[in-house]
Amino acid sequence: MRFDQELIASMVAPNSRVLDIGCGDGSLIGHLSQEKGCDAQGLELDMKAVTQSVAHGLPVMHGDADAMLADYPDDTFDYVVLQRTLQAVEHPRDVLRHMLRIGRSALVSFPNFGHWRLRWHLLRTGRMPMTSVWPTPWYETANIHPCTIYDFFALCEEDGYEVCRWMVVNGNRQSRLAGCSPHLANLFGEQGLFLLRRRTR
Amino acid sequence: MEAQSITFPEGITLQCGETIAPLEVAYQTYGTLSPRRDNAIVICHAFTGDQYVASPHPVTGKPGWWSRMVGPGLPVDTDRFFVICANVLGGCMGTTGPTTVRAGTGQPWGKEFPPITMHDIVAAQVKLVDHFGIDRLFAVIGGSMGGMQTLTWATDCPDRVFAAMPIATSPFQSAQNIAFNEVSRQAIYADPDWHGGDYQAHGVIPARGLAVARMVGHITYLSEEALTRKFGREIRPGTMPGPNDPLAALPFGGMFQVESYLRYQGSNFTRRFDAHSYLSISRAMDFFDLGSEHEGSLSAAFRGVKTRFCVVSFSSDWLFPTSRSRTLVRAINQAGGHVSFVEIDSDRGHDAFLLEEPDFDRTVRGFLNGAARHAGLPEGRQANAV
Repeated sequence: MRFDQELIASMVAPNSRVLDIGCGDGSLIGHLSQEKGCDAQGLELDMKAVTQSVAHGLPVMHGDADAMLADYPDDTFDYVVLQRTLQAVEHPRDVLRHMLRIGRSALVSFPNFGHWRLRWHLLRTGRMPMTSVWPTPWYETANIHPCTIYDFFALCEEDGYEVCRWMVVNGNRQSRLAGCSPHLANLFGEQGLFLLRRRTR
Repeated sequence: MEAQSITFPEGITLQCGETIAPLEVAYQTYGTLSPRRDNAIVICHAFTGDQYVASPHPVTGKPGWWSRMVGPGLPVDTDRFFVICANVLGGCMGTTGPTTVRAGTGQPWGKEFPPITMHDIVAAQVKLVDHFGIDRLFAVIGGSMGGMQTLTWATDCPDRVFAAMPIATSPFQSAQNIAFNEVSRQAIYADPDWHGGDYQAHGVIPARGLAVARMVGHITYLSEEALTRKFGREIRPGTMPGPNDPLAALPFGGMFQVESYLRYQGSNFTRRFDAHSYLSISRAMDFFDLGSEHEGSLSAAFRGVKTRFCVVSFSSDWLFPTSRSRTLVRAINQAGGHVSFVEIDSDRGHDAFLLEEPDFDRTVRGFLNGAARHAGLPEGRQANAV
C-alpha cells in the first residue's frame, strides 16, 4: 500500500462503511476490510483493475465518479475516499458535493499545483511544468482540473465543508513542516490530504 | 449421475391464480451440504438449458453446460460448495411443464399449461431448497434467463440469498428481445405440424418451426465477430453445384457454413426440447420486468436487500448488453445495496458466459471466495488460488 493510503487508512474508524473512488488495484479497500473490519467498496474506471480486484474478492464496480455518485442515496457511507483523482474528474465540485452527500466524511488527496517547483518551472521556462507528481505533457494529461492547496481550502469554505484534519505528503513521508500552515503547505506540499465533514446545517 | 426429482403433492399456486398439483421438480446436486447447511449455491439455468450443469446430458450425451465452471477445484468449487440446479417450471427435463401428464386427464398439459412467470419459476425452486432444509443460500448464480431468476430470488427472498451473481442479463426483457422471441414463436405456429397446439394428439412435433426458433436464438447468442471468425463466407465442401449439375439451375448456390451450422443446431435442438415448453418459458421471460412490479422504480425492488451482488456483462453481448447491467447496478446503488460490477472484454457475444473466458473465471472464483469470507464459511482449499 502507498504511504498516502496508509495515512488515509489511519484516519478511518474501524467497522465503518467506506467507498473508495478510483480504487485502483483495491489495496486500500482490501486493507480496510481485512484489518479494520470495514465494509469497503470501490469504484474504478480501469476495467482491468476492476476485474483484478473482484477476482481477489473485493467489491469493486466499474464506473466513473462523474456519472455514478449521483446514484447513491444520502448517508450511504461513513467515509468516501477520493485518492489523487479530484484533478482528473470532469466536475470536481459536483463530485465533492456528492461525496459529502452520500458520505458523512470525505477523505480527499490531490497533487498541489502551487508547489514551488511547479511555480519556478513555469516562471523560468514559460512551459507547462513536468515533475514526478505531474508527469504527462499538457496535451496528454488526464489532470484536467489542477488546483492548489489554497484553492482547495477556498472551495471547502465556499461550499460549507468543515476541514477536520489536513496534512501534506511529500514523496513517501508526511511533511510536518509544510503541515504547519496552509501558506507553507501551498508552497512546499506535493500532495494535500484532507478529511472533510459537512457543516451542521 | 442418476436423475433426481422430488414431487410436492400440494403443488404450486401460480401468479395467474391457477394451481398445478402435484408439482414435480427435477434437479441435480453436486458436492456435499455442510452440517450447518450454509454452503449451498443454486445455479439457475438459461432459457433452453437444464439441470445438467456439470454432468452429461441424458439425451445428447454432451458434457454438462457449465462443466468448465462447476466442479471440484473449479471456480464454483464443489469440494467446498453444495450446488443445486433445478430444471425450471415449464421445462421439459423432468420438472412439471407442458409435457407432464395432467392429473386426472391422462393427457399432457400441452397448450393448456397455465402461463408462468419468473416468480413462479423461482417459487418452485424455493420449495426444493426448503426440502433440503436450507434457510439461507450462500449464493444464487445464473446467466441470461438464469440471471433473471437470480434477480427474482434476491428480491423475492432477500433474507435467503447471501450473495448473487446475475450474469449477462437484464432487470427487464427488452423490446428487441421480445421481438426475437416473437419471431421464434411465429415460426412454431407456422409449422403445419403445430396443429393449433395439439401436435401431441397427432403424434408429431412442429420440428421445423422449433428448429427455426432455435436458429433465430443462435444468431442472437453470437456476435458478428464470432460468426465471422467461425464461418466467414465459407461454403460447405461438396455443396456447390458443378457446371453440368442439374442443381446449377437452382437460383441458389452452395450452402454457406453458417447456414449449415444453424440447421444443425436447429435440428439437434428438436431432439431435446418441446415446443410448448419453448413458448411457455419464452413468455415468462418476455413478461419479466422487476421495476414495473414496484411502481416503475427498479431501485425500489432492491430496497432493504442485503444480498451482495456481483453483476457481470460481456462487451460484445448485444442480446443482454452492458447497458442493461449498468441500469441494474445503478438501481442497486440507488437502493444503498452492495454491488460489484465487471464487464468482461470478449468478442464472443452473449454465449461468452458459457465459454472459456479466463477473466470471467477469475471473477466468479474471486467473488465467491470474497463473499464466503464475509459469510464466515471455512476457507476452501482454493481460497487463495485466484
